[in-house]
Amino acid sequence: MAEGFWEKEYETMPREKLLDLQLERLKKTLINVYENVKFYREKLDGSGVDPYNFKSLDDLGKIPFTTKDNLRLNYPFKLFAKPLSEIVRIHSSSGTTGNPTVVGYTKNDIALWGNLIARNLYSTGVGENDIIQNSYGYGLFTGGLGLHYGAELLGATVIPASGGNTERQLKIMKDYGSTVICCTPSYALYIAEVGNELGFDFSKLPLKLGILGAEPWTDEMRKEIEARLQIDAIDIYGLSEIIGPGVSCECIQKKGLHVAEDHFLVEIIDPRTGKKLPPGKRGEIVFTSLTKEAIPVIRYRTRDLSILHTDTCDCGRTHARMEKPMGRTDDMLIIRGVNVFPSQIEEVLMGVDDLEPHYLIVLDTKDYMDTIEVWVEVSEKNFYEEIMDLEFFEKSIEDRLYSAIGLRINVSLKEPQTIARSKGKAKRVLDKRKKD
Amino acid sequence: MPVKQITVFLENQTGRLAEVTRILKDENINLQGFSTTEARDYGILRLVVSDTGKARKALKDAGFTTHIADVICVEVEDKPGELNKILAVLAKDNINIDYIYVISGTRIVLSVTNLSKAEEVLTSNGVKLCN
Repeated sequence: MAEGFWEKEYETMPREKLLDLQLERLKKTLINVYENVKFYREKLDGSGVDPYNFKSLDDLGKIPFTTKDNLRLNYPFKLFAKPLSEIVRIHSSSGTTGNPTVVGYTKNDIALWGNLIARNLYSTGVGENDIIQNSYGYGLFTGGLGLHYGAELLGATVIPASGGNTERQLKIMKDYGSTVICCTPSYALYIAEVGNELGFDFSKLPLKLGILGAEPWTDEMRKEIEARLQIDAIDIYGLSEIIGPGVSCECIQKKGLHVAEDHFLVEIIDPRTGKKLPPGKRGEIVFTSLTKEAIPVIRYRTRDLSILHTDTCDCGRTHARMEKPMGRTDDMLIIRGVNVFPSQIEEVLMGVDDLEPHYLIVLDTKDYMDTIEVWVEVSEKNFYEEIMDLEFFEKSIEDRLYSAIGLRINVSLKEPQTIARSKGKAKRVLDKRKKD
Repeated sequence: MPVKQITVFLENQTGRLAEVTRILKDENINLQGFSTTEARDYGILRLVVSDTGKARKALKDAGFTTHIADVICVEVEDKPGELNKILAVLAKDNINIDYIYVISGTRIVLSVTNLSKAEEVLTSNGVKLCN
């Protein structure tokens, strides 16, 4: 099955032809946003790019970038190019730092998204005989529903397990005979760990593949997941601002994530200068949507760092491959699939009475899972006589962090002055995680 | 008369307790007794010393977080049933003990819910309190 194509014409299109297709679709997109979205009209007018007379892909570089802040400032629907009557779905980011970023989908967008996922799954050898356990969270997060529609379109049997309740996940996996698991890589490892504790022998289960994404992960972690779950682990990438998962995905060769270039134009830029970099150079990934209707995006800066390769893959696909995204250009942390900004943690800590304004976010790796801990200092104001009271104090901060960020973060009390005071830019994050 | 006890927050790290005793030694403060309680990453050390004010200042200057609490100090004869006698008195009057530890010279330190009442019932039952 691995040699099969879901849409051979597009997936193997010679690059020259592919670029022509991109130009043709880009022109339509530019006219669409010019006529329907004030934000882009002003952007295009300001940069002197005439969408009605757009001649070359090289001219895309003249248009300024779009950022997450642009999306926030146009909250909630101001970047939509279609009236709400044509929007059939809304997704959004968690929005714990100010306004969330809101994205909409028309019927065609939903169909496109499903098609991309189906294409991705098919390129990893998944087909209608597969049983897909979708353990991405269902809801505003694009992971759950995104995978779901694509897997159904493919004709596979979908189990909308959603995240959490690991013992039930394992029971489903065993009793229903899931052949594919979709979740974050860290959750895949957690499932493996709990499975081992419960005496599961994964080599005896029909499970053969993991479609894992929503957080950066190393090749080392891939090996670990593959060994523990006895599967092939595939990296899938996406962000709701572009469409959700399926913007790029590895084929079974696992040699980079194929960007769906017939629908998304990808650039790699130098994050400092904004200049476009050639294939093979590491830089920030920038996407322009080519066919999306509800909320087209022009030169969206992902803040993710990667390297692009445009030579034809061993699988025969001509679409450019991006290396596993590693690192960010901003301070956003991605912990177990949840986006965390240090400023969010700070905001919570500063709201706690009797807490000194010094803290350190410590990231580490334990059993191949990312861990996050916040160190705060004990002081006479918060020092209680009893261990129980101190533990209660820690727990009360942990609860506040959880309700603000949606992630369990351990709080650890330290002696005064143990957290380094900085003169100038404070170092708030200590990253002890293993990197490739 | 209640006795002053110093509580010190200590991270669970090699040498922290030794640092406390070094400071006391340098200040020529006598350590009469202590107890420790530990959580995962830290513990608390409770001290009864010859000069509470001086000890607290020295520890604070060295960067330790401290807390002062009133506790009861009782002399217990070193023979069977003596501790039980004291505890029975407190139990009878429904006084709960938060924690208890032994310090030098067969004395015990008690932290209780109602300190003045505890002192009263202990004294009226012939238990000798130390200052």
